Amino acid sequence: MVFRIRKKRVLTPVTVLFEVEAPLVCRHAQPGQFVIVRLGEKSERIPLTIMEARDGVLSIVIQAVGKSTRELIGLGEGDALADVVGPLGQPCPLRDSGTVAVVGGGFGVAPIIPIARALHDRGVHVIAINGARTAELLILEDELRAVSDRYLVSTNDGSKGVQGMVTDVLRQLIDQGEHLDEVIAIGPMVMMRAVAEVTRPHGIRTLVSLDPIMVDGTGMCGVCRVSVGGETRFACVDGPIFDAHQVDFDLAVRRGHMYDSEQKVALEHYEKCRCHGGGEA
Amino acid sequence: MALRKTKVPMPEQPPEERIRNFREVALGLTPELAQEEAERCLQCKNPACEQGCPVNVRIKEFIGKLRGGDLEGAYRSIWSTNILPSICGRVCPQEEQCEKYCLMGKKNEPVAIGRLERYLGDWAREQGLTLAEKAPPNGKKVAVVGSGPAGLTCASDLAQKGYDVTIFEALHVPGGVLMYGIPEFRLPKAVVQAEIDGLRRLGVEIRTDVVVGKTLTVDDLFADGYRAVFLGTGAGLPNFLGIPGENLCGVYSANEFLTRINLMKGYLFPEYDTPVKCGRRVAVVGAGNVAMDAARCALRLGPDKVYIVYRRTWDEMPARREEIHHAKEEGIEFHLLTAPIEILGDEQGWVRGMVCQRMELGEPDASGRRRPVPIPGSEYQLDVDTVIVAIGTTPNPLVARSTPGLQTTRWGGLIIDEETGMTTRPGVFAGGDSVTGAATVILAMGAGRRAAAGIDRYLSEGGKEG
Repeated sequence: MVFRIRKKRVLTPVTVLFEVEAPLVCRHAQPGQFVIVRLGEKSERIPLTIMEARDGVLSIVIQAVGKSTRELIGLGEGDALADVVGPLGQPCPLRDSGTVAVVGGGFGVAPIIPIARALHDRGVHVIAINGARTAELLILEDELRAVSDRYLVSTNDGSKGVQGMVTDVLRQLIDQGEHLDEVIAIGPMVMMRAVAEVTRPHGIRTLVSLDPIMVDGTGMCGVCRVSVGGETRFACVDGPIFDAHQVDFDLAVRRGHMYDSEQKVALEHYEKCRCHGGGEA
Repeated sequence: MALRKTKVPMPEQPPEERIRNFREVALGLTPELAQEEAERCLQCKNPACEQGCPVNVRIKEFIGKLRGGDLEGAYRSIWSTNILPSICGRVCPQEEQCEKYCLMGKKNEPVAIGRLERYLGDWAREQGLTLAEKAPPNGKKVAVVGSGPAGLTCASDLAQKGYDVTIFEALHVPGGVLMYGIPEFRLPKAVVQAEIDGLRRLGVEIRTDVVVGKTLTVDDLFADGYRAVFLGTGAGLPNFLGIPGENLCGVYSANEFLTRINLMKGYLFPEYDTPVKCGRRVAVVGAGNVAMDAARCALRLGPDKVYIVYRRTWDEMPARREEIHHAKEEGIEFHLLTAPIEILGDEQGWVRGMVCQRMELGEPDASGRRRPVPIPGSEYQLDVDTVIVAIGTTPNPLVARSTPGLQTTRWGGLIIDEETGMTTRPGVFAGGDSVTGAATVILAMGAGRRAAAGIDRYLSEGGKEG
C-alpha cells in the first residue's frame, strides 16, 4: 500500500494540510476518529485526528511541534508516508437536534470540521468558534464557516474577531442567553480544560478530544490512559472523545509532558543531522 | 565412544558483556557442536519426543539426517511441519515439550532438540536455502487476522494446501508478539522477518496497517470474497494492578515498555524516533516470561538496579527456568513474597517509590498454586523511579466487539470448538492467545495448525459463511 500525498496546503508556517491516498482507512472513517501515521523506517507512530475521509482520500492537518512533525510537514505532493492506519478510536456521538457550539483552537480546528458538518447535516444548529493567537494563525476559516450556522472568531491579540480566547467568546454566548445543548471542543489541553470550566457551572454537556501520547493506538500499550470519572480509560480505544467534566486534566497534562526532554534531544539530533547533510528531509 | 551425559553447552555472550548490548545472548551451535549434540540422540524406534511437540516436528528424522551430514534433508524434514524453526528453536519451552519426553533425558540431560532445530533454521537462512513447496492453487480465499505465531502457522499450512491466503496485521510490520514483545537479545528481529519471508514465498500476501475490527470488519472480509477467517489476534490488552498511583509518569505496562524497545527500537533513540524512558531504579511487577524480558531490557538501558517484585516464590514463577537463570545471572534482584500496594509520586507526578507488602503462602488457590496472603504490618517502601507492570494480558476486544455472532468468555477469550478451531460464528476460526489468554508461541502455533485443518475440512465440505 502506498500512502501518497496528493495535495499539500500550507495553512501557517507550522501547519500543513495533507490529502493522502488511503482508501482502506476511508472505508469506515467517521467524525472524531483518528489515524496513526509513520513517515519512514525509523519514525515514530504519530496519532492524528481525521479532518476528512472521502473518496479514498484522507485529509489530515499536522502542526510542527517536535522532530517527527517537523519532518512530516517538510513532505511534498507526490511523497508517500510509510504507514497510515485507522480509523481508530470511537466516533464522536452526534445529536439530532438542538444547538451545539463547536470550538476549535489552533490545529484542533481541523478535526472539529467533520463533526460540525455531520451535526449541521442532521439539522443541528451549529455555532462555530475558531480561535488562534493571531489572525495569520487562524486556519480553515472558510471550511468551518461553510458547515456552521454562526461563525465566530477570537484572537489573543485582537487582530481578528474578539480579542481574547475562545473561552471568552463562549462565555459571551452563554451570558447573552444563547441556549447551548452541548459544546464540543478540540484544541490544546489548556484550552479544552478552560472550556470545561466555562460550561461546568451551567451544566452544559461538553465533549473534548484528548490527544495523549500513544504508541500502537489499538489498546495494546496503555500509555494513553486517562482518568475519566475516576476510572482509567484508554484514549485510543475508549476515546479519544470524552465528557470534559469527567476528565482529570491535571493528570492528562502531566502525562502529556512525559517525554518533553526526549523531544528536545530528538529535535537537536535532527537539526544537527540536517546541518551535516544527513537528514532525510 | 561414550555418549555425553549432558547437553553440549551453547556458547553465550558473558553476562557482564551482554547487559550492555541488545545483541543475542545465546550464540548458537557451531557445526562441530551441533554434530556432537546430534550424536547424543538415541534414534528411538518410537520417538516419544515427537508427541511432545504441538506442531509434530519430525524430530527423529531431522536429527538422523543432521548427523548423517545431510543438512538440507534435515532442514526439509523440519520445514515439512514447521516453517519457523529458527524462531521455535529459540523461544519454545522445550523442557516442557519435546525434551521432556526424550528417552535420553530419563537418566541424563535430554538431547538439546531446540538448539538443533535453531541450528538448522539458521544454517538454511545463511545458505539462502528457500523452500516453497505447495499444492496447486485451489482458488479459495482465506483471511488470517494477526501475524503472530498462530496466524503465521495457520497461513502457512493453508498456503501449502493451495489456499489463497491474505494476512491482515494491525501494526506496521508482521510478526505480532515476535516483533513487539520478545526482545532482540532472545529473538533477533532479522530472524523473524527472514522466516516470515518464507510465507511470502508460499504466496501468502501480508497486508500491514489493517486493524480488523476498525479498518475492516469480519463481515467486510466475507463480503470481499474470503470464504473463511482465522482470528489470531493474540492477547494484547495489558492488565494493570488496580492500585493507587498507577497512572503516574514512569509507570509502564510491560507491553508499552517492550513495544517501545523491540518494535520501535527505542534503545537506539535518537537514531530511531521513539524514545523509551528508564530511570535509575526499576521495579518489574510479575514473574512470567514477559516480566523477565522487561527486566532484562530495562537492565540494558543502564539503570543502577532492576528488581523483580513477585508475590509468590521461585517455585510458582511462570517464567521458563532458563529465563529466570539468565535474569539472575545478569544481576536482576528478586523481591519474592512481595506485593505492591501503592505507587508513590513526586510533585511533578513522577514515580518516587513503591509501597510493598510482604506475603506468605497459604492454601492452594484455583490455579493450584499456594495463595499468597499478606503479612499485616509488613509494609515497606521500595526506592524506585520506574515501575513496569507485567502481570499478564487479556485478548484485545476490537474484533469480538465488531463481529456479530462471536461469543467470548467472561475474560474476553474467543470461544471455539476445540477440535476444529471454529468459533460460535460459522466460517470464523480462532486460535492462540485470543482463545487461551497469554500462553506460549508454540501453543499458539499448534492452535493455528488445528484451525488450518479445521478450515480445510470446512471449505472442502463446501462451507458457506453463516
